[in-house]
Amino acid sequence: MSGAAATREAFGDAIVKVGSDERIVVLDGDLRNSNFSERFEAAYPGRFVEVGIAEHNMLGIAAGLALSGKQPWACSFAAFVAGRLEVIRISIGYNEANVRIVGTHVGVGIGDDGATQMALEDVSAMRALPNMTIIQPCDAAETHGAVAYLASQHEGPAFLRLTRQKLDPVHGDDYRFEFGKAQTLRDGNDVAIVATGALVQESLKAAETLSGEGISARVVNVHTIAPLDRDAVVEAARRTEHVLTAEDHNVNGGLGSAVSEAIVEAGVGAKLARIGMRSYGESGTQQELYEKYGLSAPRVADAARSLVRSDTPV
Amino acid sequence: MTDAIDTSRPLDAAQLAELSKELRVDIIQMLVEAGSGHPGGSLSAIDALACLYFGGVLRYKPDEPHRPGRDRFVLSKGHCSPAMYVTLARAGFFPHDWLKTFRKFESRLQGHVDRLRVPGVDASTGSLGQGLSIAVGMAITAKLDKADWRVYCMLGDGESQAGQVWEATMSAPKFALDNLCAIVDNNQVQQTGLVDDVMPLRPLVDKFRAFNWHAIEIDGHDHAQVLAALHEAQATTEKPTAIVSHTIKGKGVSWMELNPEWHGKAPNAEQGERAIAEIMGRKP
Repeated sequence: MSGAAATREAFGDAIVKVGSDERIVVLDGDLRNSNFSERFEAAYPGRFVEVGIAEHNMLGIAAGLALSGKQPWACSFAAFVAGRLEVIRISIGYNEANVRIVGTHVGVGIGDDGATQMALEDVSAMRALPNMTIIQPCDAAETHGAVAYLASQHEGPAFLRLTRQKLDPVHGDDYRFEFGKAQTLRDGNDVAIVATGALVQESLKAAETLSGEGISARVVNVHTIAPLDRDAVVEAARRTEHVLTAEDHNVNGGLGSAVSEAIVEAGVGAKLARIGMRSYGESGTQQELYEKYGLSAPRVADAARSLVRSDTPV
Repeated sequence: MTDAIDTSRPLDAAQLAELSKELRVDIIQMLVEAGSGHPGGSLSAIDALACLYFGGVLRYKPDEPHRPGRDRFVLSKGHCSPAMYVTLARAGFFPHDWLKTFRKFESRLQGHVDRLRVPGVDASTGSLGQGLSIAVGMAITAKLDKADWRVYCMLGDGESQAGQVWEATMSAPKFALDNLCAIVDNNQVQQTGLVDDVMPLRPLVDKFRAFNWHAIEIDGHDHAQVLAALHEAQATTEKPTAIVSHTIKGKGVSWMELNPEWHGKAPNAEQGERAIAEIMGRKP
């Protein structure tokens, strides 16, 4: 698992790897060459369902497949599936339908295509559904682990959030995915950077920079956003008393909100700042946009530094 | 009213007409007891439901509601739960006295049909426009499994203003779902007025034909016509079948008929007695 890879592409390989399970049906809304569900189509054409540009119907068909015993994976851009919230709410969520919703092209990280294709609200929407699992892997290995878990062990509705852009590997070949467990990638005492998806790698680089300045940063990778590993988050807050969340998503309702809620509800005293989007996106390269919106490693380091120094007496 | 009937022996059209009167009475009684609910669309739909469940069309075993080989029924117009519940009770899926708990706190009989609480309900619905997609998904499962069970879905005409209905309608012929039958309870009225005024659907049967369905128009209160249409759907190959069932919202209670006021309002006790008398053809 060496070399950078987009998690959407890792998904295309991972779903083929588990695809011999006859329950699995993959659905697509005319984006199969973008979300890589075409690899499943090539391997298992009989269990691939192309529904065209009709995401409401795709999600509803997925619900019907699930209610009759199949394990459907409904694939599209995250913006276009999460936007069909009402179908997800009733046909999938309320019905306890065993559907996996695969949303690719998340965040401003998609770059040039611009705001309309950038899912920045999908996690907020999915978090509002009481039985929706949300998983966002940070590299190819984690994507393989998440897909294998969702295919073989998970019961109930789940949302898998995947990037368009390539991500450097965070994990080695021996990686084992543990559902619901946040993973401390780097220990530290001064500040905890709690990150998900593409921001994990940025946060690790930021921690390296901070280390050179004498700031010890802990980095926690939250691949399972719902249900959140509240113990790990609270422990990080206790240890460091400074928590910085980082996500390529709107801060309202996303990981930043989830982490804030967990810390406040646990009654832990900690300073908190949230890195994430507060506006719609725009066109540009991923690097340009990450720099502008504070998502790049240097900007993550800046935010962590300010957070730590904010309580230093002048 | 009475106990479950023996569903192993299909009723003929005349018997179904008599049974439908009793089911209408059950609907009125449960709405009076609940103090809220949707009489209009339940009364328009009940004749088709009677034919499906008691005319030998739908294959099911009330004591095995999750039997894999059963036919599926999706009530896309989930607010017409009274029609569904009285039918399921009469078919023996649950005790008749559950009907008294309709819409009450912690009742299994929620305001809109709920598959997790009620045996015999194959999909929870209530947010209009979604049921046909679910039915398409079920029908695809049967095709993938090379199984012979069939899927029936009842929609409202007002509901068919929703775009998702036409996404689903477009998709079923692509997958050659001849195991799928959609029944549109074309009762002409929706919550705030006549369908023709709120957002016209005409010509409805032509729309299904243009979407490559086998489409049939019937008088949805004529049990012989309903049975014939359902049998025609069973015999149709390659294509899904749409039955546009022309009905009257509130059918059987003259002062409810085609009156939008009775879309979502329960009769009080006195109105209930008058309604039941009229349904049974006697003086109140």
